[in-house]
Amino acid sequence: MSPRTPESTDPTAPEPQDGDGRRFTRRSLFGASAGAAAAAIVSRTALAQEGDNLPPSVPEWQLEPGVETLSQPYGRPSKFEANVVRRYRHGSPEPASRLSSFSLTPLQDLHGIITPNGLHYERHHGGVPTIDPSEHRLMVHGLVNRPLIFTMDDLTRFPSVSRVHFLECSGNTQNWGAPKPELTAQDTHGLLSCCEWTGVSLATVLAEAGVKPEAKWMLAEGADAAAMTRSIPIEKALDDALLAYAQNGERLRPEQGYPLRLLLPGYEGNTNVKWLRRLKLGAEPFQTREETSKYTMLMPDGVARQFNFVMEAKSVITFPSGGQRLGAPGFHEISGIAWSGAGKVVRVEVTTDGGASWPDATLQEPITPKCLTRFRAPWNWDGGPATLASRVTDETGYVQPTREALLKVRDVRSYYHYNAIQNWSVAASGEVTNAG
Amino acid sequence: MLVRIARVSIAIATIVVSGPICAAERYDFGLPATPAQIAGWNIDVSPDGAGLPAGHGDVKQGEAIYAAKCASCHGAHGEGKPMPRLVGGIGTLHDKKPEKTVGSYWPYATTLFDYVRRSMPLNAPQSLTPDEVYGVSAYVLFLNGIVAQDTTLNAETLVKIKMPNRDGFVSAYPTPGAKP
Repeated sequence: MSPRTPESTDPTAPEPQDGDGRRFTRRSLFGASAGAAAAAIVSRTALAQEGDNLPPSVPEWQLEPGVETLSQPYGRPSKFEANVVRRYRHGSPEPASRLSSFSLTPLQDLHGIITPNGLHYERHHGGVPTIDPSEHRLMVHGLVNRPLIFTMDDLTRFPSVSRVHFLECSGNTQNWGAPKPELTAQDTHGLLSCCEWTGVSLATVLAEAGVKPEAKWMLAEGADAAAMTRSIPIEKALDDALLAYAQNGERLRPEQGYPLRLLLPGYEGNTNVKWLRRLKLGAEPFQTREETSKYTMLMPDGVARQFNFVMEAKSVITFPSGGQRLGAPGFHEISGIAWSGAGKVVRVEVTTDGGASWPDATLQEPITPKCLTRFRAPWNWDGGPATLASRVTDETGYVQPTREALLKVRDVRSYYHYNAIQNWSVAASGEVTNAG
Repeated sequence: MLVRIARVSIAIATIVVSGPICAAERYDFGLPATPAQIAGWNIDVSPDGAGLPAGHGDVKQGEAIYAAKCASCHGAHGEGKPMPRLVGGIGTLHDKKPEKTVGSYWPYATTLFDYVRRSMPLNAPQSLTPDEVYGVSAYVLFLNGIVAQDTTLNAETLVKIKMPNRDGFVSAYPTPGAKP
């Protein structure tokens, strides 16, 4: 099917400039076929250049019916969004095993604050198990009055709650060393996602078992091949923790712990144990592998800090960001995301002059605790080189540090919890690169 | 009159049964977890030795199991590649490039036992017997110079091992972590 052009149309007329590097023009989407057919003969009655679907031509997709209803019982994104996918980090080697590895959310291509379920970042330690929910059980035992086993039907019978929270791997953002210019926001910050989680308050379920007063820690264990475990303070377990069975309106994705996961708002991703099968109450931390050899921060004095639970306030500009290209000088809306594991975002400042001035960005409602907050700031690009960065303040008064300030306290040896201000360099060409 | 009172009583009873329940009440969902059910899943081991099973294994037995089931990922002598290095690096934690291994970094031998039992080998987790886990743990600790070559590990001996970096950790909870 080819587009149809009115008789009076000049098919060689130039198309309007987009002037906005973010979006593909229609012509570029069809670039290959448009180019191949550049010399196509144009009939006086109907046909324009193949692929020319622009006014005054009638686009080809209007000239025949589209695909039928229910052609996809579970819908998928447009094929033109096929590049918006999870992937590994640019320039990083293929992991030793994809069973214990991670994938990154394409933050630079997302809008608002919700991460589509298929784009939520992944971190698995023994692959993604295929769990039959009818045969999944949650065991609660240890320092409780009544050791119990719950089915999924039991858990979904409890009063439910839905809340929007981010999850961030504490290994997110590895800008400790010299910045790698080619990195995108997906590479630097893509171990971050945000969903509406639905489940039952953990406190409700623990009340069924009756937590003994001497219980101070809770071991959470996955039903995956790694049987991954973390120790959680009882204060957190009884505060805002959820046993989540749904995300963004549907049951959890297997990659996010189907059929049941622990959700600890604001805590480092690893503690939010997926495929949750067991909760054991104890008096002391259990000193699991994930809280001793991993997810601990080796400080410059050779001492390691463990139980670094709360994800400190952090922000990143997602447009313009690494790998993108500004199309033309003039107005561009800077946009990004800010978050804090300690509560609400109260302020985001954006600099477009390398830190000389920091005007406030506009925060998009709703602003809720331990959740991404979308910020925006208008910018008139003069066409010259520029350095852009954002800086968040949370409701505790904590201000996101500069890289220099962070490096004064700890360095790459601590590996986790890198939350410094992220700089993007804009070249006169419009090319945007990672400036660390 | 009697009839009216009876009706009121029935109405109240109905409200109690079908109305909202107080948050402090229990829902009585779930079933009691039996000792046998708990025993099958209760595989964690704490630093005080709680959870260590009966059984034993020595360095020599561990070496054979390691060669068969671990060496292909962690190297013939725990040197790593492609998976993490298990041996060496003791005393390097102050260096610019510290080498973090079981020997140099892990604070508890119980964690080694717990992790091998629950997660290793990657392609067949929870397949090793308690004797095999004791043996592999003994061999990895021997490679690190932490136990002697004639060591046999069991629930009593494993918990007594003091790892070189046992005192190298501080808890950031409940005090917030490193700032900024």
